Amino acid sequence: MATVSMTVNGKAVTADIDSRTLLVQFIRENQLLTGTHVGCDTSQCGACVVHIDGKAVKSCTTLALQCQGANVVTIEGIAAADGTLHPMQEAFREHHGLQCGFCTPGMIMSAIDIVNRKGNDLDEHTIREELEGNICRCTGYHNIVRAVDAGAKAMAGSAKPMKHAAE
Amino acid sequence: MSATGIGASVRRKEDHRFITGSGRYTDDINRPGQAHAYFLRSPHAHATIKKIDASKALAMPGVLAVLTGDDLAADKIGGLICGWMIHNKDGSPMRAGGHPALAQGKVRYVGDHVAVIIADTLAQARDASEAVVVDYGVLPAVVDTATAMKSKTVVHDVAPNNSVYNWHLGNKDDTEKAFKAAKHVVKMNIVNNRLAPNPMEPRAAIGLYDKAEDHYTLYTTSQNPHVARLVLSAFIGIAPENKLRVVAPDVGGGFGSKIFIYAEETVCVWASKKVGRPVKWNSDRTEAFLSDAHGRDHVTEAQMAIDENGKITGLRVHTIANLGAYLSTFSSSVPTYLYAPLLSGQYNIPAIYAEVDAVYTTTAPVDAYRGAGRPEATFVVERLVEVAARQLGIDPAKFRQMNYITKFPHQTPVIMMYDAGNYNASMKKALEAADYKGFGKRRKEAEKRGKLRGIGFSSYIEACGIAPSAAVGSLGAGVGLWESAEVRVNPIGTVEILTGSHSHGQGHETTFAQLVCERLGVPLESVSIIHGDTDKVQMGMGTYGSRSGAVGMSAISKALDKVIAKGKKVAAYVLEASEKDIDFKDGKFSVKGTDKTLDFGACALQAYIAHKFNGQDLEPGLKEGAFYDPTNFTFPAGVHIAEVEVDPDTGVTRVVNWTAVDDFGVVINPMIVEGQVHGGIAQGIGQAMLEGVVYDKEGQLVTASYMDYCMPRADDLPSFTVGMTVTACPSNPLGIKGCGEAGAIAAPPALINAITDAVGHEDVAMPATPKVVWRAAQKALKKMAAE
Repeated sequence: MATVSMTVNGKAVTADIDSRTLLVQFIRENQLLTGTHVGCDTSQCGACVVHIDGKAVKSCTTLALQCQGANVVTIEGIAAADGTLHPMQEAFREHHGLQCGFCTPGMIMSAIDIVNRKGNDLDEHTIREELEGNICRCTGYHNIVRAVDAGAKAMAGSAKPMKHAAE
Repeated sequence: MSATGIGASVRRKEDHRFITGSGRYTDDINRPGQAHAYFLRSPHAHATIKKIDASKALAMPGVLAVLTGDDLAADKIGGLICGWMIHNKDGSPMRAGGHPALAQGKVRYVGDHVAVIIADTLAQARDASEAVVVDYGVLPAVVDTATAMKSKTVVHDVAPNNSVYNWHLGNKDDTEKAFKAAKHVVKMNIVNNRLAPNPMEPRAAIGLYDKAEDHYTLYTTSQNPHVARLVLSAFIGIAPENKLRVVAPDVGGGFGSKIFIYAEETVCVWASKKVGRPVKWNSDRTEAFLSDAHGRDHVTEAQMAIDENGKITGLRVHTIANLGAYLSTFSSSVPTYLYAPLLSGQYNIPAIYAEVDAVYTTTAPVDAYRGAGRPEATFVVERLVEVAARQLGIDPAKFRQMNYITKFPHQTPVIMMYDAGNYNASMKKALEAADYKGFGKRRKEAEKRGKLRGIGFSSYIEACGIAPSAAVGSLGAGVGLWESAEVRVNPIGTVEILTGSHSHGQGHETTFAQLVCERLGVPLESVSIIHGDTDKVQMGMGTYGSRSGAVGMSAISKALDKVIAKGKKVAAYVLEASEKDIDFKDGKFSVKGTDKTLDFGACALQAYIAHKFNGQDLEPGLKEGAFYDPTNFTFPAGVHIAEVEVDPDTGVTRVVNWTAVDDFGVVINPMIVEGQVHGGIAQGIGQAMLEGVVYDKEGQLVTASYMDYCMPRADDLPSFTVGMTVTACPSNPLGIKGCGEAGAIAAPPALINAITDAVGHEDVAMPATPKVVWRAAQKALKKMAAE
């Protein structure tokens, strides 16, 4: 057993864990935040994407102990404290960018990361290439691409980026 | 059309929980005191089990039990079943081998279930599994579909030559005559590649036993929880139905693979009583590749007869279908009644004969996967038609139009009575949307860039809305395929719909509510759709075969009719009028020729307080149920046009344009329907270009992770142009045909037709990887050089 401390969605947490505990297990089983999913166990599908210190990371192949002192944000942490959705969440709903919803949290976390890295004016080619690490079996990506594009523009829309619960 | 009624692209009600991470999938559920199950799986494709020694594992920390097939047998737990009886040509029944949930004496595929280890934590169970010593007597594997019947190795003793059945459909003599008289015959050997369904949520189960009530609960990733309960109860013998609740909460995609009743959920619910604690299992992705039922896997010889006028006169097919090591729940129906009856396609073909050999192999079971039989039939028909047009020098669109069925109803020679359609309308619209006229120009322009541009068609038809119970019963189904619904109107006019359909991505919570809005005039937010729990929903057959609109919503519609009829009776008392003078429109009851009205909500309250009528004359309350049994299959159909560019030096193929025009009958929510089409096309493109399950000669699964099995990703696909035509379906009250499987059915032949058009050679097998396409391009070049 080992002790780990980190910030999850703005809250400081400390826990004694088996040292082989994966970050996704820590988030789901220890923190009871079940929005982050496991789809493949091999960092291929991206259902487990969270933000660690502002960068998109696949939590199924990250040890919780690696995140000592880190700032972790999950899908549960991106809406504003009053429940106002993050523009990327809103864009996925508006553009029907989800069906079964299982890949969606990872998709949204990756999409926000794409905008953070590539800016708000994305072309389709860039969006498709950047989504390479997230698999969706339902939508054929058609509407996800539209959602990411709209979400990216909406994130630029507020003069100052919307202040979110944890970011 | 109201903003939330039929035909409106209402944004989905279910989305808020999914985009905020609040969805509740089976693995998100945890029960106090739960233990974890880990399945020890066979590393061999085929072996006898001589001995299992679990003594070391049992002594490891946290281990509660190691259970095997002997324990199942001791508790008289029955095997998994196949629910569709197919008869051989000679009338004898199919040869079904036993299918224990945990192996009894023999394993038959890599991943077969040898034992379950149950421990306090998953890590402990997994660690302990490595300490279970199994003494195997390894036997030869049988892997290849085409040669399985010739193998000296037999998978099940009851099935000599590994033959499950030899079945046929159609008129052999008429077909032989058509071929004898034919001016032109097209012959093809076609392989329909084996696929892994891969819903993104892996399967999972939690079994619970309540000692006080002597009652079991199973949370499971199911497309049809009531069917799961029926099978677990009546056939496997876990507990009587009244002592078993099955809950399928949010389910992360199914595509057929979550229809079936598997070993893992059977074991979890059974073991929960044995260990006295809830037992949870969650599949990892490799386990999913090993043990989820696969799809397709056909080897077919097909011929098409054509007369001097370019009319198709006959079709002859022999298919070998690989069903894997055991008969999964509906496996036997897929290469028979879901396949051969679709071989007429959209065409007027007077004579058809199909013969199907289903075989056992030492591979994972094969069952329904998105389209189930219909993609295999469509691939055969649409490849033959395209090649025939090319050989005859007729434009492939025109050749199709020359042979389209134009009069309805149309009886095909293979069971189906097509009720409605306008295939020419879809073709015309698709040709326009795809700018077919401009293709030659685009091809020339691509040539300048050193690329081979090709165009391919697929004029598909499917049989959905599965299905009239008596009809499927006569074909061997063990169940009826009706659907059930209950409409509960609450005293303040809110409405709960309980449906036997199950949503695992289809958006039922929205579309079903739209129907209620349209009919009852209540706001969308006043309607809740309840599904996926046998304790809440009276009965149901579940969601597959694009049946939830045509069958599930028809049941709701029928129950809504009863609610409105009852409401009229209540309104007649309240408004002091005769029942026959009461109208109901836009959420209001009114008396003909007067301005007297009663809101639907007020009527509901009156129904429950029952002050205005005598409870002996009219029952209080406003709650009605209905079972709807369809009168026919439905026949969605359409045209997909694929356009590709191939790099002849590398074989890399890029899908540059995709046009789909589909006729799904009446559409409730176009946004959701288009989404279904997009997803189906992506899976079809996946089958045609990327995906393929590979076993090696020893029966080891080579493609057991996303690093080996090529899933379609965003940068593999284009955006899609999706259009619709509408002929209402006359076989159900809503005119719906169904849309869930169309894309996956239509896409593979369209894409292969485009690639073969581009490279100028027909020898392009699925998946058309760069290697396959490059070789075909090279063959075409050599042929050209030789000429």
